[in-house]
Amino acid sequence: MKNSSMWSKPFYYVLVFAVATISLYPIFLMFLSSFKTSAEIFKNPLGLPTHFSLDTYRTLLSKVPFDQYFINSVIVSVTSVVLVVIFCSLAAYYIARFKFSWNNAIFFIFLLGMMIPIKLGIVPLFILMRDLGLINSLWSLIFMNIATGTPLTVLILTGFFKTMPTELEEAARMDGAGNLRVLWSVLLPLMRPALGTVVIVNFIAAWNDFFFPLIFITEKAKMTIPVGMLSLFGEHSADWGSLFAGLTLASLPMMILFFVASKQFMEGLTAGAVK
Amino acid sequence: MTTVQTALKKKGRKNGKRWTIHLFPIPALIIYSVFVLYPILAALTYSFYSFKGFSRESFVGFDNFVTLFTTEPYGSMFTNAFKHNLLYFGLQMIVMNGLAFILAFVIYKKVRGAEFFKIAFFLPRLLSVIVVGFLWKLILNPNFGTLNMLLGKLGLEELQRAWLGDPNTALISIILVNCWFGLGFGVLIFLAGFQSIPGELIEAAKLDGAKGMTMIRKIYLPLMIPSIMIMTVLTFIQSFEAFELVYAMQGSMGEPYYSTDTLAVFFYRLAFGSSTSGSSDAIGLGSALAAVLFFFILICTMIFLKFTNKKEVEM
Repeated sequence: MKNSSMWSKPFYYVLVFAVATISLYPIFLMFLSSFKTSAEIFKNPLGLPTHFSLDTYRTLLSKVPFDQYFINSVIVSVTSVVLVVIFCSLAAYYIARFKFSWNNAIFFIFLLGMMIPIKLGIVPLFILMRDLGLINSLWSLIFMNIATGTPLTVLILTGFFKTMPTELEEAARMDGAGNLRVLWSVLLPLMRPALGTVVIVNFIAAWNDFFFPLIFITEKAKMTIPVGMLSLFGEHSADWGSLFAGLTLASLPMMILFFVASKQFMEGLTAGAVK
Repeated sequence: MTTVQTALKKKGRKNGKRWTIHLFPIPALIIYSVFVLYPILAALTYSFYSFKGFSRESFVGFDNFVTLFTTEPYGSMFTNAFKHNLLYFGLQMIVMNGLAFILAFVIYKKVRGAEFFKIAFFLPRLLSVIVVGFLWKLILNPNFGTLNMLLGKLGLEELQRAWLGDPNTALISIILVNCWFGLGFGVLIFLAGFQSIPGELIEAAKLDGAKGMTMIRKIYLPLMIPSIMIMTVLTFIQSFEAFELVYAMQGSMGEPYYSTDTLAVFFYRLAFGSSTSGSSDAIGLGSALAAVLFFFILICTMIFLKFTNKKEVEM
């Protein structure tokens, strides 16, 4: 027994260190290379930059409207998250707290969405968006984010509502509060952990979404960061310094948020699968 | 004054309560129905129609399906892409989920710095798939890429190659990049599985003298079946939907020579890449492919889930 643990411990550490290096090194390389000129990257790809400069970032911003992409990404992600959380809170509250005969059916219909490979519906979606006049509109992306985020968000929030005691609500109702008032002032403040989870899940999905903007957005001025990257790599593929700067800028917001709330991130992204 | 207000409110509530509550699920239901349920159902019906560009022409029964499977180049493109999806699934199960399982076990066994390792493994998962694709495209570049440089420095020149340009290594490279991206997620799922095993059970087994491989085979593996099945289902769905990474790294033709083509990329080409298909009824064919893929994923997922339930009951 002792013998085996004596041998296995060092092996454990070698393994986790090796894999952690493989996981982190490419990201580290991306940050590092973003401060190098292309010539420096080609000559010395592994070393540290010889001097610190933001030239690659300046070149990047002069070549592509990255600030516009960034603003579009923020508008799409924030609007999607706010709306999906509001709509799904209302729906989950209805499903969890009322006993209408069709509640299980509604819940089941929502859950079905977790198994639907929605990308396969892209042709009807494209025609629908075209008919609604939403091609090249950020609303096409917002609607998709809300719709695709709904199943998991309803699942998480319904589960959470069911674990909450009903006494507080009943007390509020005695005081004459209506449904909306109960949900807003009594339940929501207690739901912080669950809300944190669903905000993170939906925000990551919205921020990183590439497929729908690829189909629905063709105008440069309406592109989000992921599709914007596509045109950057298509048109300026020789300037590696700027390419790395673009990749870094695209990833930075998510990285910063992750380091602020890494626990919630990891819990959030696995929430749907573990439950 | 207050009593009046409360009374008024109560009265208002009584009248209002009955129906306003039914408005609550409406916004979510409408958006979800319009942008998820309708498109997928419509896609299934489109597979029975012929198309001119994006406009639906006439009902053609199963013609699209017949064309898809029996006419060249579609038939061989389908089998070619299908094999790649299978490899995508198999390799991810072995490399990504196998490694994730071992890493989760190691973290569960309490290495120091468990929190750091969890974060390290998970970090790639935060990047957009498009960023992952482009980053690795630069790393795998034959002339200036870091991987070949690194191999050169280590004296392994014979291993250097055009990873993405060689049909023999391109698909495997992409799948391994996908493994790099998804590893941390698997670790977290398996770790949650290990942590939910009751401690008494492990103590009892140890008291009975179980150790090493016996412990793993008789205690850990059977109790981990739910998490293993979850990861199998998720990996299966993701493997058969694989699109973004291939598109970002190898374009919509699955370069080189369709050696990285997947069913979803093939579908995208039929639906939107008019330059390659050149036929006006490509939307009908694309919808037929979508329908086949949809039912394939659905049926396989059902079978997986059924298998999981049985296993749980047996224990």
